[in-house]
Parts: sequence; C-alpha cells; structure tokens
Amino acid sequence: MIDHPLVQLTLARMREFYREPEAIFWVFGFPLVLAFALGIAFRNRGPGELKVGVLRAPGDSAIASALDRAPGLAAAVLDSSEARVELRTGRIALLVVPGTPLVYRYDSTRTESRLARLEADAALQRARGRADAAPVRDERITEPGARYIDFLIPGLLGMNLMGSGLWGIGFSVVQARTKKLLKRLMATPMRRGHYLLSFILSRLLFLFLEIAALVGFGWLMFGVGVRGSYVALALITVLGALSFAGLGMLVASRARTIEAVSGLMNLVMLPMWILSGTFFSYARFPDAMQPFVKALPLTALNDALRAVMIDGTGLMRLGAPLAIVAGWGAVSFVIALQIFRWR
Amino acid sequence: MAAIRCTSLVKRYVDVVAVAGLDLRVEAGECFGLLGPNGAGKTTTIEILEGLTVPDAGEVAVLGMRWGGGAGDRALRERLGIQLQDTQLADKLTVEETVRLFRSFYRQSHTVDEVLGLVELGEKRTAWVGKLSGGQKQRLAVACALVSRPELLFLDEPTTGLDPQSRRQLWEVIGRFRATGGTVLLTTHYMEEAERLCDHVAIMDHGKVIALGTPRELIASLGAQHVVEFALADGVGRGPTPEELAALPGVQAVRPGADRTALTVAAVHRAVPALLGLLERRGAELSLLATHNATLEDVFVSLTGRQLRDD
Repeated sequence: MIDHPLVQLTLARMREFYREPEAIFWVFGFPLVLAFALGIAFRNRGPGELKVGVLRAPGDSAIASALDRAPGLAAAVLDSSEARVELRTGRIALLVVPGTPLVYRYDSTRTESRLARLEADAALQRARGRADAAPVRDERITEPGARYIDFLIPGLLGMNLMGSGLWGIGFSVVQARTKKLLKRLMATPMRRGHYLLSFILSRLLFLFLEIAALVGFGWLMFGVGVRGSYVALALITVLGALSFAGLGMLVASRARTIEAVSGLMNLVMLPMWILSGTFFSYARFPDAMQPFVKALPLTALNDALRAVMIDGTGLMRLGAPLAIVAGWGAVSFVIALQIFRWR
Repeated sequence: MAAIRCTSLVKRYVDVVAVAGLDLRVEAGECFGLLGPNGAGKTTTIEILEGLTVPDAGEVAVLGMRWGGGAGDRALRERLGIQLQDTQLADKLTVEETVRLFRSFYRQSHTVDEVLGLVELGEKRTAWVGKLSGGQKQRLAVACALVSRPELLFLDEPTTGLDPQSRRQLWEVIGRFRATGGTVLLTTHYMEEAERLCDHVAIMDHGKVIALGTPRELIASLGAQHVVEFALADGVGRGPTPEELAALPGVQAVRPGADRTALTVAAVHRAVPALLGLLERRGAELSLLATHNATLEDVFVSLTGRQLRDD
C-alpha cells in the first residue's frame, strides 16, 4: 500500500512542500497576517463617544456638564484658538458657543458632526426643561455576520484556495520540467495519471489544514463563526481546491521556465484578486461588468463560501456558483491533459 | 539475441541533423560505448533508444520490442534502467525517499537497502539530495536506474564533471551490474572510461558512426601502438616537413597540429633517436617531447583531425 506509486508520488509532493519554509508561510502564515491586519484596521467601532467642545465664555461650565451627562457625548471647555484647531482637525465634532442664541459650529458634510449636533442639541434642550412629546424605548441589536471581518474571512479563504492551487501545482510542475525530472519520470513505467493525481491528492490533504487555520483564527481572534454546516463548507472548499488545481495544471501545462509560469499565474490571479470580491464587494463594479465578474471562478467560490459562513445557506441553493466553480476546473483539467508537455 | 538493434536511424531538428543514418547492434551482456565529442548526436541516439525521442526514420528494437506507446511501452520500461544526462532529482527529498519513489513505479525491484548497497550510498540514506556531492548525486541517479533490476542499463555521460575518485566509484558500480549479466549502453567523451569499461565502442561524429570495434581493434587500426608528440622552440633552426618525419624509421603517420606534432609509431626506441637526430641536424630545439601508448583519443583525432574534447 505504502509502495503504491500514487502514495509515493503524493508523499513526495507533500515532503517537498512542507520542507520549503517559504511555501509554508505563503499558504498558512500570509492569510493569517492579512486577516489579522485587515481585521484590526477595519474593526467596527460604532460611533463611540463623540467629543464636543465648549468655547470658554460665561455659562460654559453649565453647558459642559449638561453635555457630559448625555450618554455618548464628552465635553471639553476650550479657548477660541484651541477650539479652532481641534474643530479643523476633527478632534472635536462640534463646537458649542455659549450665548443667546446658542451657536453650533460644525462641518455639516461630516456624518459624525451632524450626529453630534443632534445629540448635543437634544441634551441641552432637555437640560433647559424641554419634555419629550411621546414616550420612547430603545431596542439595540447587532446582526451577526455584518462586520467587515465576517465578510473578509470567507474571501481570504477563497483567495487562499486559488493561490495555493495555482502556485502549489504550477510551480512544482514547471520546476520538475526545467530540472528534467519530468523527463526522467517518463523514462519509468509510471502512469501519467498517477503523477497528475498526486498533485491533487496532496492539495486536498493540505487543504484541511489551511481551512482549519484560517477559520479557527477568525473564530478565536474575531469571533467569526460558521452559520451554515461544516460539511457544506468542507465540500465547497474541496470543490474550490479541485477547480483551482485544474487551473494550475493548465497554467503549468506548457511553460518551460519558472519566469514564464509566474507571469501566467499573475495574469490569471491578479484580475480575480481585484474583481472577485475578496476584500470588498464586487457590487461596486459597474453593471456592464457584472456578468463577467460573476463568471470568474473566485467570484463564484467567494459567493458560495459567504453564503454558507455568513447566511447559513444550504448546498442545495448554491447550484449556480458551484456549477461555475466546477466548470472552470473540469474544462481547465481536460485542456491541460491535452496540451501537457511531458518533458 | 541482440539487446539493442537499430538501423538507418535519422533525427532532424529545425536547424541541425542530430542523427544521420545510424546503425547499431548491442549484444546481450556486453557493455557498449558511444563515444564522440559534444554535439555528435550521442544523447539524441540514446534517447531514441530509450523511447523518449521519436526518430524521423529508422528501425529500433530494444530487448526485441519496439516503442509504440501504451501498455507495450510500459512493459518494456519495466525492463530498462535509465540515467539521463541532466536530471536534477528533487533537492528536498532524502536519498531513501527518492529511491523509494522510483522503486514504486516497478513491479519487481530491489529493496532500498540492496540498491543503496550497490551504489555505496547506505550512509547517506537520510541525507537530502540537495546536500550530496556531485559524485553522490550521480550514484543516486544510477541507483534510481538500477532499482528496477533492469536487464538493460542506459547511462548518458554518467561521469562527466566528476573527480577521478568519484569516477572510479561509478565504474565499480557499473562493473557490479555487469557481473550479474546486465547489458550496458553508455555514452562518454572520456576515452579512458570507454577503454576501461566497454567491450565494443562506436565512435560518433556528426550523427554518424565513423568507427566501430573493440577498443583494442580500434587502437590497432592506427597501425601502431605508440604516439610521440613534440613541439619546437620558436625561431631556432628549421622544423622538418611532414614528409621528412614520415620517412623516419618506425613512423606510421604524422599529424601536424596547432601547437604540437604527433607521430604514430610502432617502436618508440627507434623513432625517437631518429627524430632527435633529424632535429639536431636542422639546428631546431625541442620545447616538448612526450610519448604515450595510443588511445581511443588518438583514433578519434586520426579519423577526424580534431580533438575529442574542447577543454
């Protein structure tokens, strides 16, 4: 069993991979670093506390204490020169000038400032005796899966499946070709199918580690959960990995040098990094581009991953994107087999 | 039965005819050498015989079978051991893992221990291929060829670039394989290697066999067993003409060269005194005088007028 050529070829693939520290970093480390950095940078802070300045003038302390009592507002008494700078640089959202009438000075194009004006006005009017005309009650909810990190993790998963499929297969195949190792293998009774299959098998074995690393990281670090079933998630990632393995095979099928295959891989991957909704929604692209963008394998894969992870959609309702992913893989693989340069 | 038979083999590339009508016959159990300078067509020939290159014309039979694709080819490959000239095995696999991988492709094979013993790499079995010396890498390449217990072993320039000790180690490996009855076809541009290892050699030049025989026969075809080489100091006296040299006692042939003249002689003890006498009468002064037993190198030079190696 262990001496079956398919087992030995797959073992060789895996050993070559895990003995290459750079490869480990790009497949496992890099997506985690990206997730961490982007998760921190775009974390949802909510509006937080709004800072409001009060110009030093008679009556300033009464106004400041009234503002401070309102939840979500923080007041500071400022001299006029100080106040001007703080307002311009956005450190305070609003400046209240005591007097009659009270003056609110703020930049009306800034959402924060308009919010501060409403909150401050309500607090000050209430302090001077205005009563609410109708009783109200707040009900606060937070929708799970609405944060940027919830959007990002499935996208990174898709991007990683693409990257490791293309680089993992494309590089090894072309390296074996340039080193004449492919030719040497052709001089043995090895079956060609076993050789190609070994790449796919080793991809699938590493796949589960990749997914576990990224999904586990998202969960531990940012509490990103999987709403749908883990089985559905696993099946989608397997399909995605197979599809990009096919694409990697196609990209590597003819290239004779590492430079050539690197160029081809970037040509394939770069448009999808940008267009396929990994970092931001592809809905931002014009309508005319949408059919093209949706036909890309990474777009379809990202859509399917998000549907399962964020919305908890079942596999049955993901036929369309999964068909696109499978189609790309099957067509690439068939063409690759036809045109593969075996020496 | 012949292990290899090929007739009228032709292979053209875009701008060059690599093999131009080649006939070979290698008997089972012998070691056959293809000799020639770089670009003579040795590698193209051996790769056609290995079924890796398809000839434009000609017939090839290896172990009584023909290359034609499919299951027949796989059955034939089971019986061959092949080492290619410029294969780089995976650097990050160990010696043992590499042998085990190649072993898995064959129905019958040596154990890893056996084959590492054959090439004396047992101590390196856990070393990464990338850490091996040139000679060790080459022995590993031969181990991957031997692992299938082949009947016929192809070696394409197995010792090129190796130091003398590594070369001798590899010769011993080939000797052990032959002792078990195996047939070897090897290419080389080291004459010493061919004389030492081969029962028959074919000297190739420009895609053709220009001489064929046992090393002894080929050297004997020079008509003499020794070569005397000399060169003269510049500007002193007058050098003898080739005709005068040919007339010296015991001299069979004269080959003037760029920096030295070579004489093929039957008896050194008669030719050398006669040469010295002639030079002294001319007032010429020697800057070099050397003699050696005739080699295949001399055969090649006398056939083509060129040196076998560029270096």
